Amino acid sequence: MSVLHLNESEFNAKIPASSLAMVDFWATWCGPCKMLAPAIENIGGKYGDKAVIAKVDVDANPGLAAKYGVMSIPTVIFFKDGKEIDRKVGVQPADVYTKTLDANL
Amino acid sequence: MPYDIAVVGGGPAGLSAAINARARGKSVVVVGNDYRESPLYRAERVDNYLGMPGMTGAQLLEAYRRHAESMEVDFRAGRVLNIMQLEGTCYLSIGSEMETAKAVVLATGVVRGKKLPGEVKYLGRGVSYCATCDGMLYRGKPVVVVGMAPDAPEEANFLQGIGCQVTYVSARAPEGLVPAIPYVKSGRLEIVGEDGVTALRVGDTELPAQCVFLLRSAMPPTDLLPDLALEENGYITVNRQMGTNLPGIFAAGDCTGLPLQLSKATGEGLVAGQAAAEYVDQLSNS
Repeated sequence: MSVLHLNESEFNAKIPASSLAMVDFWATWCGPCKMLAPAIENIGGKYGDKAVIAKVDVDANPGLAAKYGVMSIPTVIFFKDGKEIDRKVGVQPADVYTKTLDANL
Repeated sequence: MPYDIAVVGGGPAGLSAAINARARGKSVVVVGNDYRESPLYRAERVDNYLGMPGMTGAQLLEAYRRHAESMEVDFRAGRVLNIMQLEGTCYLSIGSEMETAKAVVLATGVVRGKKLPGEVKYLGRGVSYCATCDGMLYRGKPVVVVGMAPDAPEEANFLQGIGCQVTYVSARAPEGLVPAIPYVKSGRLEIVGEDGVTALRVGDTELPAQCVFLLRSAMPPTDLLPDLALEENGYITVNRQMGTNLPGIFAAGDCTGLPLQLSKATGEGLVAGQAAAEYVDQLSNS
């Protein structure tokens, strides 16, 4: 499994049912988000069978962005059984994301 | 196709790195502000540049620029917000766009401007460095633009255009700001809030804001690359090849330390440009 692109109803079905999930809140107008995309794809390839690696377009899903208080993009939020356990705002080195996943697998 | 080398900063160090990498057959893009914004541009007279005393900073910069253009260096106007390395490729975000390169030379000069009180605390919770990234999240809401770069009025106009309620704060009256945006003269600034930002305090007055956009002419190097090693005095740690602690990332010029002088900048730029070219060769051989 690689990276899932979720809308609001898919998110609500999928994320609470996942023991570990990493969700990248992004938008097409955002340069740093574009830059993060290959890293998220890469992580999806490596971790996709152990955790849900997903992306949410905040433009198409403003309700989710508001619910999780996404005030700057990219914001990557980590969920365990649907509960937020960590978030990384802005672009971080790729291993920041994988370390958080490793620590919670 | 990624460029071989991306140079961040179009001053003497950056352009020296660029032409020397071009001389080694590498494709090079220089990302930076207009060269007329360089502090060197305002130097009335430079007397310690060997063999060419009495030139103005503007004359020198214009000659550098012509030289780089004649060497087919590509130029890209804009502010680099982040750099990310992933499996031999460097990704640079520039506003809403992105460039890729195999190696990067940082030649940002000295990035002036300390962080504001509240800036780190509220980063990502109502403090933003990128109007095109985060503006859409604040449509219909009050925001403040703190303009510390020449293109900041344009960014403020963009925010107003997409429906933010913008107030513009800067030390000097801005040029090119649309009349609908109120201007407040800058004083002591502090970002205040609770869970997120609620206002920007300017002297004794509070401007309500859900987001404060801090638009500086360049980002500090550790904001570009959080893992970059710095000296205690804040300059980038480099070796004799102008390599930083991060493979594929080189630095040259004022951003590596004193003396902040032209000859040092162009000399370091040469070393960094050649070292980056060598790094790219090794990468393609491996």
